[in-house]
Amino acid sequence: MNDVLKPASLAELVDAVRSTPRVLALGGGTKPRLSADADSVPLSMAGLTGIVEYEPDEFIFTARAGTPVRDLIAVLAERGQYLPWDPPLVEAGATLGGTVAAGLSGPGRFRFGGVRDFILGVRFVDGMGRLLRLGGKVVKNAAGFDVPKFFCGSLGRFGVMGEITFKVFPRPASTVTLRLRAGSPEERLRILTRVGRSRWEPDALEGAPESCDAWVRLAGPVEALAEMEREILTQFPGESVGEAETVWRGLREFQWAHANGVLVKVPVTPADTVSLARNLSAIPGLRHQVGAGGNLAWVSLPSASEASALNSVLSEQGLEGLTLRGDTPLWWSRKPRPVIESAVKRALDPVHRFPSLDT
Amino acid sequence: MSAVALQRLATLLPADRFLVRPVELAAYESDGLTAFRTRPLAVAIPETAEEVIALVRCCRDLGVPFVARGSGTSLSGGSLPVAGGLVIALNRLNRVLCLDPDQRVAVVEPGVINAQVTVAAAPFGLHYAPDPSSQSICTLGGNVAFNSGGAHCLKYGMTSNHVLGLKAVLATGEVVAWGGASRERIGPDWCGLFTGNEGLFGIVLEITVQLLPRAECFHTVLAGYRSLQEAGDAVSAVIASGLLPGALEIMDALAIEAARAAVQAEYPAGCEAVLIVELEGPRETVARERERLAAILEASRPVAIQPARDSAERLALWKGRKSAFSAVGRLSPDFIVQDGVVPRRHLGEALRRIAQMSRESGLRIANVFHAGDGNLHPLILFDGRQTGALARAEEVAGRILRMCVEMGGSITGEHGIGVEKREFLPVLFSADEIDVQQRIRAAFDPDGIANPGKMFPGAEAPALGHSGLHPLEKAGVICRE
Repeated sequence: MNDVLKPASLAELVDAVRSTPRVLALGGGTKPRLSADADSVPLSMAGLTGIVEYEPDEFIFTARAGTPVRDLIAVLAERGQYLPWDPPLVEAGATLGGTVAAGLSGPGRFRFGGVRDFILGVRFVDGMGRLLRLGGKVVKNAAGFDVPKFFCGSLGRFGVMGEITFKVFPRPASTVTLRLRAGSPEERLRILTRVGRSRWEPDALEGAPESCDAWVRLAGPVEALAEMEREILTQFPGESVGEAETVWRGLREFQWAHANGVLVKVPVTPADTVSLARNLSAIPGLRHQVGAGGNLAWVSLPSASEASALNSVLSEQGLEGLTLRGDTPLWWSRKPRPVIESAVKRALDPVHRFPSLDT
Repeated sequence: MSAVALQRLATLLPADRFLVRPVELAAYESDGLTAFRTRPLAVAIPETAEEVIALVRCCRDLGVPFVARGSGTSLSGGSLPVAGGLVIALNRLNRVLCLDPDQRVAVVEPGVINAQVTVAAAPFGLHYAPDPSSQSICTLGGNVAFNSGGAHCLKYGMTSNHVLGLKAVLATGEVVAWGGASRERIGPDWCGLFTGNEGLFGIVLEITVQLLPRAECFHTVLAGYRSLQEAGDAVSAVIASGLLPGALEIMDALAIEAARAAVQAEYPAGCEAVLIVELEGPRETVARERERLAAILEASRPVAIQPARDSAERLALWKGRKSAFSAVGRLSPDFIVQDGVVPRRHLGEALRRIAQMSRESGLRIANVFHAGDGNLHPLILFDGRQTGALARAEEVAGRILRMCVEMGGSITGEHGIGVEKREFLPVLFSADEIDVQQRIRAAFDPDGIANPGKMFPGAEAPALGHSGLHPLEKAGVICRE
């Protein structure tokens, strides 16, 4: 495409936003549905990469929004630190800004929270073409409205992020992964509930996509994990699989999902997962994975042709969804939006420079 | 507010829950920032969400400003009344509506006391993590409005990180519900935007919070040092080791003296600073981490190390720490507490400069702070009966805030801007950055009736008086951090 904007500095980002009546930022393209808007000029973030500031002793870094997350992870690892919320689609090329705009977190979000819980500050260009900084560069801050958090999941509808500041944590000394066996969604729920409330403080707690089993990851000193692992396996049928990086990579990268199909994020509660599993099993070719200790269902369809069946299931259960990949509507079974949401959209984007909240 | 407006508002509640007599209003004139006081025209005491909605809509129709109030512990004057306006006191909306131990969530009304959430969750082995020092009295509604913090923010974040869902009535009269029992969500994070709005968007009616399993095991150590610098270096060493303590707190000599006098807390002789470090987690993990912590602290050349041997000793360590503020109150008729944040690497320099400001101004300054997250709490002691003393203390407080911004930090870690720090907002934000926040505010509150005069500079200044310690503070029930 000829008319893709590709700024290489924050000043150029401001110019790029001002240069066109309708614009939508594009990161690594790993969630293509989120940046598919025929009316917008794509604004590639590929020229805005790199770490601006990294202070390991402060547990913070600031990076340009187009920075691939895998590059950040590598730099943090050199100093024994990490992003506890396990950003997804890292190997596929997800960028920091794209991950924030999509509001996505991976399995590690179970222990300390997701992307919204680690973002501290953002520099962005609003709909009037102004470069603004909100939030801060310290791990604790209560000054001003929490726009950085608000931008998590905002899909580029309020502004284009240029730089983002995050909190990081020291990487635990070691991890172990257990596979706990469950024969039904009810048994899986029991595991999610009991392990989630347990004294072991699991680092991640996920459902397996191909069965009702649950994956549990513990993190901490190696001797401590060995003792807890033994205790868990006396209480639940299952086995230890060591560090099992391939398991976690498979979940983070959605290796279980249809490669060219539809991928939908559905927030749920643990109790929802039982009826959802039953209802989804009637849809041909559908796969799903329960994540975040039962607070999330990732749903994959082989194609858009089963979309109406999925929509009926979600509507009946009062669940909403967001399409990340595939040719289906962006939002699934969405409840009516309060009037205030459009008013805030107008406040940040009075000239409708970015796509509307509904498309 | 006109007499007609007052009459219309009064029809919404029984007379005994709509206060207008000066003697009844006096209790609501001030909050935790006792230097400011303003008498509202009336105080409404709703008992249901429907009553709150009716009051807000009536205020909207009449153009009457309103200020929501919980227990009135705001340290930034966040619940200071507006002259001629209505105070909506939410203390009677104090029900825990739902507590689901399996999903580890609770739904509460805004008047529920912070510590009561943990009390309700405790039988299930769960707790509510945010723990501002006023937790025995402050309400969740106020915590949401000001995104309150506490001693465990480095590891667990602030109130916002624990709010999963909200129901609120906005200043426009619209009732909204965002989020819910799930820890995940799609779309913009409206709960994140609402939390910390300082009462400028509307009034929260229901809050869904996440509960966490209570740590099985705690290990709390107090180490005494000859200087603040050495205590600060020890914090750096703990952080650099890769440990992630639940709390890292420092008190200086003046704060130690006060705590010693107030609660007979025992501290090592000859130390100018004490550090409290708390590890928490499964017993197997804590057993290994405490050995590493002991080695790090041994190497930091302390005067003495006192690990808490049991939970009684642990609680005593925390009692000394948490009572330090009211204890300092015994050393001085008045004090101002500041809440700035600096990057942790600048802690040493920040403390040196605060000591210099103390010498220059002739005002004593005690320091108690959350060292893990760089959140300072300098207490500037003064005697309000002396002419100009309050102004001198305010001037020092302002210099400290500017220093925090120069160092790359913030003017508030957990107290909020409120009425106290609004003139410092332009130190932190550009004109455009303030403008965009005012635009957001105007979307929620086009008429400017929700807590006007807070957060943004330039509005009419409220009456600045001088009134000494808050009565509950004197009693040691609450403290300013």
